[in-house]
Amino acid sequence: MMMYPADAAHPHERGPLRDAQSPPQPSIAREGGNPPQSRIRPIPRVRGSERLASALGWFSVGLGIAELAAPKTLSRSIGLRNRTGLIRLFGAREVASGLAILMHPDRSVGVKARLAGDALDLALLLAALRDTPASRRPRVAGATAAVLGVAALDALCAHRLERDARALPLAIRRDGTVRVEKTVAVNRAPTECYAMWRSLANLPRFMKHLESVTQTDPTRSHWVARGPGGLRVEWDAEITRDEPNQLLAWRSLEGSEIENAGAVRFLSSLSGRGSIVAVVMQYKPPAGALGVTLARLFGGEPQQHIEEDLRRFRQIMETGEVPTTEGQPAGRRGVMYRMLRKRDSLSLRNGEPR
Amino acid sequence: MKATCWYGKRDVRVEQVPDPILLNPRDAIVRVSSTAICGSDIHLYDGYIPTMAEGDILGHEFMGEVVEVGKAVRNLKIGDRVVVPFPIACGNCFFCERGEFSLCENSNPNAWMAEKMWGHSPCGIFGYSHLVGGYAGGQAEFVRVPFADVGPIKIENGLSDEQVLFLSDIFPTGYMAAENCRIRPSDTIAVWGCGPVGQFAIRSAMLLGAGRVIAIDHYPERLAMARDGGAETLNDAEVDVPASLREMTGGRGPDACIDAVGMEAHGHGLVGAYDAVKLALRLQNDRPTALREAIMACRNGGTVSVAGVYGGFADKIPFGSIMNRSITIKTGQTHVQRYMRPLLARIEHGEIDPSFVVTHHLSLDDAPRGYDMFTRKQDSCVKIVMRP
Repeated sequence: MMMYPADAAHPHERGPLRDAQSPPQPSIAREGGNPPQSRIRPIPRVRGSERLASALGWFSVGLGIAELAAPKTLSRSIGLRNRTGLIRLFGAREVASGLAILMHPDRSVGVKARLAGDALDLALLLAALRDTPASRRPRVAGATAAVLGVAALDALCAHRLERDARALPLAIRRDGTVRVEKTVAVNRAPTECYAMWRSLANLPRFMKHLESVTQTDPTRSHWVARGPGGLRVEWDAEITRDEPNQLLAWRSLEGSEIENAGAVRFLSSLSGRGSIVAVVMQYKPPAGALGVTLARLFGGEPQQHIEEDLRRFRQIMETGEVPTTEGQPAGRRGVMYRMLRKRDSLSLRNGEPR
Repeated sequence: MKATCWYGKRDVRVEQVPDPILLNPRDAIVRVSSTAICGSDIHLYDGYIPTMAEGDILGHEFMGEVVEVGKAVRNLKIGDRVVVPFPIACGNCFFCERGEFSLCENSNPNAWMAEKMWGHSPCGIFGYSHLVGGYAGGQAEFVRVPFADVGPIKIENGLSDEQVLFLSDIFPTGYMAAENCRIRPSDTIAVWGCGPVGQFAIRSAMLLGAGRVIAIDHYPERLAMARDGGAETLNDAEVDVPASLREMTGGRGPDACIDAVGMEAHGHGLVGAYDAVKLALRLQNDRPTALREAIMACRNGGTVSVAGVYGGFADKIPFGSIMNRSITIKTGQTHVQRYMRPLLARIEHGEIDPSFVVTHHLSLDDAPRGYDMFTRKQDSCVKIVMRP
């Protein structure tokens, strides 16, 4: 089992985007005597908590629909009477928190809404337990036990989601801040990789969403990007840390449309011939969490973006070009082709600056 | 230009498509003089390789004349006669530097797709599904060749197309299959499948000093061709192959076994029916009959070299036999770029004349007929060469 330093903390615990300044090193821990690769943190298994959350989401939606559609039957089966209005209301609440879990980029929002709902349910049931005649009490007690059980699951799920979000290479916070991490092995020396990155005008050659980056003074630069749906966004950024051939960090200036920050560490690989380039980026889309959802709908996953960006970075560093088939001949295309090219819309033509 | 396009299972058509253009600085455009249908094209034709799309141009065995070069290609000039290797490789990455060209890290624009299916991505390949790049292939009048400064080999002697064309794939593929057997003098090598790759594996094993090659197939003309190459033959329609191999090797088994059949092996009996059902239900996409037999037949501590193409998941591989008997499995898409020069030298020295394998010449317009004939193995068809 690989160990990693306890101080390889996550920006979540250190306030908002400021972290990028003291470079955001979530997965890139501190310098040390270890070989460079061992400074990159292993990625935890998270599928358990994600799966549990979506199961709870579906459960919520299902229960909510039942409460909305058949409040009478339901209230009788748990030993309550004349509570159809309240049950309908609770049904709407269930559906809302279920949808929140299934659709909100931060699943824990919905799970916490469920927890709050559980508390309400319990309050109602306990009150009912007092007022219910003894004959129906076992039913109410049963329902109470069931709610307690689900509440325990909700609590467990919320806890796990929180824990995993701290360790994941992709994290989306409640306020919509997205953080992605990714490394790539490049068959070129750290000095060359650093030089390519330090000339910021090169970035659009491999970062698909960027149109241009113009250096305005030694530390400041102007960035133009295309957002989801072809929306143009611009901002100014400054270099916050520059350790030649080792580390480069930047962040957007105060008041930017899209707050963002990034850091790249250039590690020499074990063989000594190549590099491991480790990137951390954070950004906060204009409309917060809604913006993230929209970006996902129109522009794919942030994780995929950085993966393809870094692949192109390696291709340009090693071969001088970005391999492509864009513009080659073909016979008449059909549905299959369009399906296969979905993610390809992420790819640049020629890797030439536009 | 005219190009052979894939439209679905057993549906290829020769159609008019736009001419290719240079897309990158290291590209070249080649006017195709000869192109062949490969056994692995049959897997595409039969619909076994996922991520093919309507309109894809087929073909990964081709040669011709350079008619255009990108500004970064300095070793080729217009008019050069070249054979193009089927794997597309950059020559700069970790793997290319190790000579493992078919593992090139940079040449597959759809690497993410391959990573989903196989864990990591191999190189891009001409005309061989979008999983390996979706590159337009060479069964056409013209083809765009990426990284043209690394792959193509110039042919500057009087050798005919038929003599050098197969440097693009099947000769190096058969050769690598034999080389992977780590042949020592007097070794016995068994080869499953006497198609074009099998034929080159047989002859390569002889070139590499095998004492004896035993070739297995059930098409008489292919067995005859194998005998011409110096092999003893077993007709699997007539004899019990595993039992015969045992007897022929004093009960020990061949020192190495080559699977030159791949995913569409003809199964027999119960196991064959089992594979057919699983294939139909899409529970597996490979039918590893030859591979299973090769593993079981191989001697203790021997090598099973897999040249046949597999696409995804194969079932009932006797891994216990591999583990308990110290069998080595060697396989991979061929690192063609590594073999072209030495094998061209062998052709020039007259050690082998690869044109022996050609049984049919067609025009490119006849590609659909060629695919059909080769798939059904009609008219004693072993290898088809087409001229645009």
